[in-house]
Amino acid sequence: MMRRTGLILFVTLLLAVSCSSPFYITMGSYIGLYSLVAIGLVLLTGVTGLTSFGQAAFMGLGAYTSAVLTTQLSWSPWQTLFIALALTIIIAFILGAITLRMGGHYLPLATIAWGISLYFLFGTIPILGGSNGIADIQALRLFGIELRNERLFYCIIWGVCLVALRISTNLLDSREGRAIRALKGGVSMVEAFGASGLRLKNIVFIYSAVLACLAGWLYAHMQRFVNPSPFGLNQGIEFLFMITIGGSFSFWGAITGATVITLLKTVLQGILPKLISQSGNFEIIVFGIMIVAVLQWMRGGIWALVERLLPPKTSRPVTDSSDLKMRTQPSRGAPLLKVEGITKAYGGLVAVRQMSFELSSGEIVGLIGPNGAGKSTMFNLISGEVPRTAGSIHFGSSTISGLHSRQIARLGLSRTFQHVRVIPGMTTIESVMIGAYLRTDDGIFSAGLRLNRVSDDRIRAEAARQLRRVGLEEHMFAPASSLSLGKQRMVEIARALCADPLLLLLDEPAAGLRYLEKKELAALLSDLRSAGLSVLIVEHDMEFLMNLVDRIVVMEFGEKLAEGLPQEIRSNPAVLEAYLGGV
Amino acid sequence: MDLQTLLILAQDAFTNSAVYALLALALILVFGVTRVIFVAQGEFVSYGALTLASIQLGVMPGTVWLLLILACMAAAMETVSLLSSEAGRKLPGALGAILVPPFAIAALVKVCTPLHLPLGWQVLLTMLVVMPMGPLIYRVAFRPLADSTVLVLLIAAVAVHFVLVGLGLLFFGAEGVRTPAFSDAHLTIAHLDISGQSLWVYATSLVLIAMLAWFFNKTFYGKALRAVAFNRNGARLVGISPHLAGTFSFALASAIGCLSGVLIGPLTTIYYDSGFLIGLKGFVGAIVGGMASYPLAAAGAMIVGFSESFSSFWLSGYKDVLVFTLIIPVLLWRSLSSTHYEEEE
Repeated sequence: MMRRTGLILFVTLLLAVSCSSPFYITMGSYIGLYSLVAIGLVLLTGVTGLTSFGQAAFMGLGAYTSAVLTTQLSWSPWQTLFIALALTIIIAFILGAITLRMGGHYLPLATIAWGISLYFLFGTIPILGGSNGIADIQALRLFGIELRNERLFYCIIWGVCLVALRISTNLLDSREGRAIRALKGGVSMVEAFGASGLRLKNIVFIYSAVLACLAGWLYAHMQRFVNPSPFGLNQGIEFLFMITIGGSFSFWGAITGATVITLLKTVLQGILPKLISQSGNFEIIVFGIMIVAVLQWMRGGIWALVERLLPPKTSRPVTDSSDLKMRTQPSRGAPLLKVEGITKAYGGLVAVRQMSFELSSGEIVGLIGPNGAGKSTMFNLISGEVPRTAGSIHFGSSTISGLHSRQIARLGLSRTFQHVRVIPGMTTIESVMIGAYLRTDDGIFSAGLRLNRVSDDRIRAEAARQLRRVGLEEHMFAPASSLSLGKQRMVEIARALCADPLLLLLDEPAAGLRYLEKKELAALLSDLRSAGLSVLIVEHDMEFLMNLVDRIVVMEFGEKLAEGLPQEIRSNPAVLEAYLGGV
Repeated sequence: MDLQTLLILAQDAFTNSAVYALLALALILVFGVTRVIFVAQGEFVSYGALTLASIQLGVMPGTVWLLLILACMAAAMETVSLLSSEAGRKLPGALGAILVPPFAIAALVKVCTPLHLPLGWQVLLTMLVVMPMGPLIYRVAFRPLADSTVLVLLIAAVAVHFVLVGLGLLFFGAEGVRTPAFSDAHLTIAHLDISGQSLWVYATSLVLIAMLAWFFNKTFYGKALRAVAFNRNGARLVGISPHLAGTFSFALASAIGCLSGVLIGPLTTIYYDSGFLIGLKGFVGAIVGGMASYPLAAAGAMIVGFSESFSSFWLSGYKDVLVFTLIIPVLLWRSLSSTHYEEEE
């Protein structure tokens, strides 16, 4: 309720400005344009953990494309909008494709270079008017009316900005959006559920570039004049400052930051040169100091302070039906996983040598061994995270060795992580919903326009069902990061179950759990087995496994040491030797 | 293009490459040790040239004030962090180490500036003013963020760049300077006339690179720094302080930046904001080297220097465009040749 009141207040404030003097309207228009760029940058930086210094350059691309085509070829601004967007998408795609595969800092570096290059091009190419720029750009026409009125243009800018805000918010609350929000902690988790981290990062970068281009296009037709200076690297840096000061974790932080920086800049540009009695853009000194201070003491920016005062967001209620398609589990006892002569060598070090074992449907198999035996490597070989050196792995009727973890996930193999992957800012149910990534196919467009409600509700219902199954129903809407380690491990399992797997791979699920939690976990896993699910557990804790699993495979020094029923393993002299150093 | 032009361009290219190579080395070291992509390193180049110019005019350079302010800020932060960790008895020593050298340097500059000392002494004074800024900036801006992501550190580095450029304008004004050459000697080999200043640049860079190579390969502290760059946690476990390593790497960055500025001051006009682009070109060289390999970075700096010099002949207006677009094919090549998918810092 309070959030809604806040929104109404904000819109009222916007309308109040539209009735004020031209000075405030112009200021408001600039804030709107910068907010539009900053919203894209929040998605890129705060949410995805990437960043770009080239947003001003994308803005310039939008502005200049329209300026040149409308003045030289007298195209309509609506036509040039499409050309500008197409150019932006192509360039963002190329920059992203080149840099996103490498470490996170290559994208900002590439965008610095691209920002500087484009700025110099604007100032050098004769057709772009050099440093004088291009004047007399066509005004926008809508339904035969020329939009020359500042007041009207102000309303259009904020209309676009609010629509972008809505679309971005919708996007994050969707199948792709949840995967995007999970990217910051590394791509392996989302890839284990079938999403491509690279593709998602590219989408976010292109989306943020498109918003910047749109802002540039609006700018060109608002000013009806462009020159290179507003699109330089400094402006690109200022966009980043806006979201840092406003708060890079929320779209409202983008608007807050755009407002604060724009107003402060106007004030400082008035005061500082007089104070110093020298002309120049001295406000950058203040901005720089502010940013370092914010990073050191107030990482969430201004909006994080506001957010603390607001009541928590209400989650969408869970509907009761889940109509998601389910896989039919293969009949009990049918061969499901077959590992044949798998070897993994890191240079001269052989982590796993000639491992072979099988797992049948409806079985729980434990993979045990002392520290450094190669269990985790074996696990990652099956899930596709680590490529094999030799041998093959078959899952059902497919050969999965050589496939990427995304493709393996598609076949019905689901995993948990030894180091729990909890995404900051996500509720428990949202964290679990990521597991169902492959079970619906809504893209970013249907998400942005909220056409995904029905299938998203299905995922929500399914996630709730899995949370109930693991006994976390009452924590459904709590932040996943607030749960205890034991409960977070249950969240991991619920997420894996949400993918509707044929085989569940658990990586040390009992590590760090208390006695009672271990008992609950064991009970859950037997229930799953009764429901026909197959489970492979990599574990340390012998006692935990003994009463639970059907069979045990023991590894030592990367090789299979023994295999058999729990009681056989317990009395196997070789195993005792390995574990206890001889009895 | 005749041979004469070619040789002149090549000479120019070598001079620029030498400076870019030095800057690239410092950037890689700072990144390796602290994970800071120190885009503000170029500001030391302008500070070096402009401070020297001030001293030559007999004017107290404004950078001295910055040095004192930074020292006071660092002292204040050190006081807070020592008191909050209840190590108050270390306070006098720590404050002395932070405050005494900058104030002594300021006093020295105050006394020496009007004396119009010989060039060598002026360069020394310049170095004394600019070099301590690196460690102080590290203490004030980056050390409190030491555990943050590369992204946060990069944003902080960009913020520091803004502050230093703005202060550069405040201290030195918008006019550029060109300092007098170190020597008026000319060396003529065949038809090529090599200026004494270029020779200074070549010699100094080579000596510095050799010294750095010796330092990193032969000395204990050099090896310790390399260890930190290679594995921060491992180095910490064997008792190498990451803070000390960070301080040292920033000192090297400011020293190299300042020296580069002093060296090229006579060759090109330096404005308060010239350093940034020069630093970024060093950066392109460092990126060619993958931000990790010193010899590759030096090679990258050569590529940057040559493409800049030769494009200024053919396409002078597009010189900078070309240099910065160069980064794209390099990144493409690196992206295609790297087999693993990097992630998770």
